[in-house]
Amino acid sequence: MPFIPHTEEDVSAMLGAIGAASIEELFDEIPPALKTGKLKDVPDGLPEMAVARLMQERASADGFWSSFIGAGVYEHHIPAAIWQITTRGEFYSAYTPYQAEASQGTLQLIYEYQTMMTRLTGLDVSNASLYDGASALAEAVLMAVRSHKTSRRVLVPKTVHPIYRRVVDTTVKNQGIELVELAYDPTTGHTVLPADPGSFAGLVIPQPNFFGVLEDVHAMTDWAHDKGALAIALVNPTTLAVLEAPGQWGSRSNQGGGADIAVGEGQPLGAPMASGGPYFGFMCCRQAFVRQMPGRIVGRTVDLDGKPGFTLTLQAREQHIRRSKATSNICTNQGLVVTAATQYMALLGPQGLAKVASVSHAGTVALAEKLAAIPGVTRAFTSPYFHEVVLKLNDNARDVLRALRAQGILGGLDISGWYPELGHAILVCVTETKTAADLDHYAQHMERILSKRREAPPCAYKN
Amino acid sequence: MLIFDHSRPGRTATAQLPAAGGSLDDLPANLRRRDAPALPEVSELDVVRHYTRLSQKNFSIDTQFYPLGSCTMKYNPRACNSLAMLPQFLARHPASPDETGQGFLTSMFELQEMLKDVTGMAGVSMAPMAGAHGEFAGVAMIRAYHDARGDTARREMIVPDAAHGTNPASAVMCGYTVKEIPTDASGSIDLAALRAAVGPQTAGLMLTNPSTLGVFEKTIADIQKIVHDAGGLLYYDGANLNAILGKVRPGDMGFDVIHMNLHKTFSTPHGGGGPGAGPVGVAERLLPFMPIPLVLNENGFYRLATEADLPQSIGRMSANMGNAGVLMRAYVYARLLGREGMHRVAEYATLNANYLMARLREAGFDLAFPERRASHEFIVTLKKLKDTTGVSAMDFAKRLLDYGFHAPTTYFPMLVPECLLIEPTETESRETLDGFVEAMITIKREAETSPDLVKGAPYSLPVRRLDDVRAARELDLAYKPTA
Repeated sequence: MPFIPHTEEDVSAMLGAIGAASIEELFDEIPPALKTGKLKDVPDGLPEMAVARLMQERASADGFWSSFIGAGVYEHHIPAAIWQITTRGEFYSAYTPYQAEASQGTLQLIYEYQTMMTRLTGLDVSNASLYDGASALAEAVLMAVRSHKTSRRVLVPKTVHPIYRRVVDTTVKNQGIELVELAYDPTTGHTVLPADPGSFAGLVIPQPNFFGVLEDVHAMTDWAHDKGALAIALVNPTTLAVLEAPGQWGSRSNQGGGADIAVGEGQPLGAPMASGGPYFGFMCCRQAFVRQMPGRIVGRTVDLDGKPGFTLTLQAREQHIRRSKATSNICTNQGLVVTAATQYMALLGPQGLAKVASVSHAGTVALAEKLAAIPGVTRAFTSPYFHEVVLKLNDNARDVLRALRAQGILGGLDISGWYPELGHAILVCVTETKTAADLDHYAQHMERILSKRREAPPCAYKN
Repeated sequence: MLIFDHSRPGRTATAQLPAAGGSLDDLPANLRRRDAPALPEVSELDVVRHYTRLSQKNFSIDTQFYPLGSCTMKYNPRACNSLAMLPQFLARHPASPDETGQGFLTSMFELQEMLKDVTGMAGVSMAPMAGAHGEFAGVAMIRAYHDARGDTARREMIVPDAAHGTNPASAVMCGYTVKEIPTDASGSIDLAALRAAVGPQTAGLMLTNPSTLGVFEKTIADIQKIVHDAGGLLYYDGANLNAILGKVRPGDMGFDVIHMNLHKTFSTPHGGGGPGAGPVGVAERLLPFMPIPLVLNENGFYRLATEADLPQSIGRMSANMGNAGVLMRAYVYARLLGREGMHRVAEYATLNANYLMARLREAGFDLAFPERRASHEFIVTLKKLKDTTGVSAMDFAKRLLDYGFHAPTTYFPMLVPECLLIEPTETESRETLDGFVEAMITIKREAETSPDLVKGAPYSLPVRRLDDVRAARELDLAYKPTA
């Protein structure tokens, strides 16, 4: 029996100790009419060898691609050590560290993670992580509303990832919170701050924004604070190696200014893309808001002998204590992925992370220049960008991407559906994993495809 | 020693750095970082050794027995990890076209179908990333259903007092008020209280069955009728699904919406606190409201459903498709077990629980519900021991750590005083269970003869009992070097 160690002798001895005649008798409190017959859609069990073969076939079918898709999930090199250590049974199969004395490994690791995140974001405190970047943003919106005395409105720029905005909407819509969309400048790709926003609890500030465009985070932070609202930074952790830390945003960051909350997707820190997860969302904030923060938090304390140790703390915020009055219903932190991320940050260090960010950015600039030199390709926005760029095509984006795919290239993300005003637009990203030859390969095929389609347009009836 | 204590200016794990740097000259100076983040500057060996050593300070299923009630700490088969981590699966970007992920999507679709079958539900969405996330999705669907019918006065969610804390917290996040109902002396829902609680304001009832008290709600048919007759929907908290897998299905019990914890029933790792996966299953009438994405099969081509496919969906729960890699592990587990294996899960989990309960009763421990069958878990109450020796459930739990066993769940559910909620799971052998019973007996004897010994436990772990009050009062949440 897979993963069940019982011998026949065990079963009869155990039933004897219980005083039952059969295993079935142990279910005598379940009304017989409810009992299940045979399962019909679960196939017969397979030995590991057969399942391995099946999964290897499926993996091979999916194959490897030369991907230039970013949009919140980035293909970075993951050092071999990270997942070998992360999948050690002592991390992999450990429970939530409620029994602190038996979980010092996980707890110390989270404390180190929290420390690294506060240093990356320039804020005072970090929680032990949330589900992913989008859900972390939703929690930040809720936190801003809890922290504000009167307003239940939060301003969310259209330059925030469209799916993030939907996740926020799903999460907060039943709590009487109003999300106000802010437009962007069609030339620069910057968020436009409204002249008369009314009262609001928070402003979401994406940096870089979904288009890769660098927002004027200092002006936005000051503006939110001037209106009595919280500044919520939505940031990519890799870029924080070289871009200003949210805690330093605004002109008054040395007087307790700066962003109040920083959230984002932790995936770039050592989590494989893996079709969508598991990743983790990070959340940091200023000390003043720590009791409004959702999720687990680890603190350092001492034991009975005065020896330092680590434990979950401020649990009075959480659902298992406060129940209906908790700051959130969240129970999980994405512990295992945080285990990987902590090692990633330690292995890369400040120099390594800055190098990853700068090489990725330089690659994006190089590719954008190559592609924008091709007739029919232009940059959508004039502003400085980081690590990711929107390109407009004078041809159907979906068809062009499909033609690139035939060459093994995933040329970017078609964002025309989300932003029809941009026409045929693709979001393109380069990371340090791409070589100069990869960029040339992409640009050559783009040029060939566009010119071929221009000279011999596909038959209108074929589609 | 913290990783920061190993840090030396200028030291790097050079092999992990890109060979050349890149120019940032095109960026506006005021948006660039002034001071580099103070991450550790260490070698690769420093990192490997430090985190390997940290791992050794943990209890885990791979090293210890975890009789942790309501948490289903069963063996996490290694194949689930290695096959979910095949390089092509890991390399796939979530926004890649469906054409480039048919292997992945086929697996996801098949898992979805298997989950439908084992739960008896009409549809399953695997978007939620944890149990509480699934609860939120489930309650949001209940609300969307009532709202779509213009039945907007239903704003109250009924929750038994024994429920997990996430139940009331999830209901509140969906804009509901919570009404608690009591449990009777036999551990079942008080039907009279339920009848009195329902009305035109009732959105639904959230129920765990078997309950967190470790007993099956025998009157589920009545409960179902009372709630449905009042116009409410029935929510199944799948925390204890392991107890009934392949025996009785939530759909057949009349539940309208359920969530499953794949990190419990489908043996994906707990990972020191996550990631989990909390798929939701729904009855026919909630199908239009399922969270997206879910996987559709169009004549053998698998694709992710979008807003266009489910215009009434409660929406998206994550930026991508939930914790995809966790779902892959659950899929591999399901294929290894197969149909017969699914049926066996509840059988042997229940056999182990009842055996352990019988042995502990025989050893003189008090059961919270001695007249009832254990489901896959049961409750021991140490109230008498506490009254006579001063040794609490917490002390007892900490002493178990010294004997190499993870503590059972303590002080939950809150209505049983000094409780230990014990769940052995199906993957533990009789010898392990016997060893646990021996430790329990030994500690009970210690409590009776030298209570201070037990109150001071643990002694053999990396730290002794920690000062939680100080941790909360003198917050130290991030390392700051003393200058």
